[in-house]
Amino acid sequence: MLKRAFKTWFLWELLIGLSVTGRYFFKKKITIEYPEEKTPLSPRFRGLHALRRYESGEERCIACKLCEVVCPALAITIESEERDDGSRRTTRYDIDFTKCIYCGFCQEACPVDAIVETQEFEYATETRAELYYDKDMLLAVGDRYEKQIAANIAADARYS
Amino acid sequence: MSGLDMAIQGGIWALEILAIAVPIALSVAYITYCERRVIGFMQARKGCNRVGPAGLLQPLADGLKLVLKETIIPAQANKLLFIGAPLLSLMPALVAFAVVPFGETSLFGVWETPHIMAISNLNVGLLYVMAIGSLSVYGVLMAGWASNSKYPIMGSIRSTCQMISYEISMGFGLVTVMMLAGSLNLADIVHAQAGGILHWYMIPLFPMLLVFFISGCAETGRTPFDLTETEELVAGYYTEYSGMWFATFSLAEYGAMILISLLTSILFLGGWYAPIPALDFIPGTVWLLGKTAFLIFVFIWFRATFPRYRYDQMMRLGWKIFLPWTLGWIFVLGVFIYTPGLDSIIDFWLAWR
Repeated sequence: MLKRAFKTWFLWELLIGLSVTGRYFFKKKITIEYPEEKTPLSPRFRGLHALRRYESGEERCIACKLCEVVCPALAITIESEERDDGSRRTTRYDIDFTKCIYCGFCQEACPVDAIVETQEFEYATETRAELYYDKDMLLAVGDRYEKQIAANIAADARYS
Repeated sequence: MSGLDMAIQGGIWALEILAIAVPIALSVAYITYCERRVIGFMQARKGCNRVGPAGLLQPLADGLKLVLKETIIPAQANKLLFIGAPLLSLMPALVAFAVVPFGETSLFGVWETPHIMAISNLNVGLLYVMAIGSLSVYGVLMAGWASNSKYPIMGSIRSTCQMISYEISMGFGLVTVMMLAGSLNLADIVHAQAGGILHWYMIPLFPMLLVFFISGCAETGRTPFDLTETEELVAGYYTEYSGMWFATFSLAEYGAMILISLLTSILFLGGWYAPIPALDFIPGTVWLLGKTAFLIFVFIWFRATFPRYRYDQMMRLGWKIFLPWTLGWIFVLGVFIYTPGLDSIIDFWLAWR
């Protein structure tokens, strides 16, 4: 009873609250200053898509269209033709990133690891049209990040 | 008095006003910066640090943004009152600084006796501050009424109620200071506390210090008493304001915060005197402003810590706790002063004996 009265009149609980914030004032700050600092990304991070090539430079995609079928957002459009050497190849491989929901199903469906998602996420543009990636752009992305993509797939391989 | 003398006097006054108003405007800008940094630190964030070194140019960017924003006056609002309200709430916050003594100086020995550094060393300074402080209610009430919108009027009613309630306990708290100092002159009150930390009125009047400072929080509408600008009322009485007129309101709020901190340090924390007389070689103004800065930090600390009061809780605190406490303390103090035998205890702080 006396203790409670003491606590009330000397604003005890308020002082405890103040001491908590006072201690946090000197604690290490957890802010990450984004453009200069970045959080670590998982190898499974699902960012911008890329089309890969074999080491010989031959593109991996065999136009099986599994990704097009599995895509829940209908973001992928593929047209294919028989090439001169008799192999089936895409003539058109478009991904509309305004539709894409980054679910990663295309990567899972792909039997030859051709379409993959990279860790790239800083590709904001000023117009919607620029987010419509065609085959050449996707292959360019693949060429640019091939090292990273291969490393990530290798890192993830033992779980799949 | 010749015309020339009057012109010179007017010029001096204008300079004095500028010398106080401009630093206040600047410090308001940087208090907003400190507030953001300190609250950030207390939430384990870094706060604003992008604009300029350590974010020091942030207030200028904020000010520029507010100036460039469009001023929207609602079609149904009373235009004269709508624009008059922010001015009327800013005016008392600035005018009250006229009697605040910022220290005393002999100007490096040029004057024989130390002069009080105040625009006007008014003998009824304490009453003047209280009277001017009460005027800011009109700005708030006008803003709510002129907006012709339901949330502002609710916010202004709350705010008015709050300011009037807490002014009473604040005033009674000042009465206790007056009883010890025997003067209403702010400089005399500080002089009565000369001679080290034991002479400061925070020792015999500690509950009054708490009451005064917490009431000051409520007066200025700071957390935990900021229920005039709660989310449920959108933004309280300045819901309809934008751009520079909005900035005027926050200038008034932060100006009032500086004023309350200054008054608390003058009335309870020994003004421009050092805690031990040996430290008096540091200029008094530095001590006064240091104490004020600490109290402003406490204001921000409160904001980072406490959740908001509910309206009835706030009213209960003002009328059922602070008012009886201040009245009781006045009574106890009176008994101590006028009872032979007991007055020897209190004589230590009684400057007018």
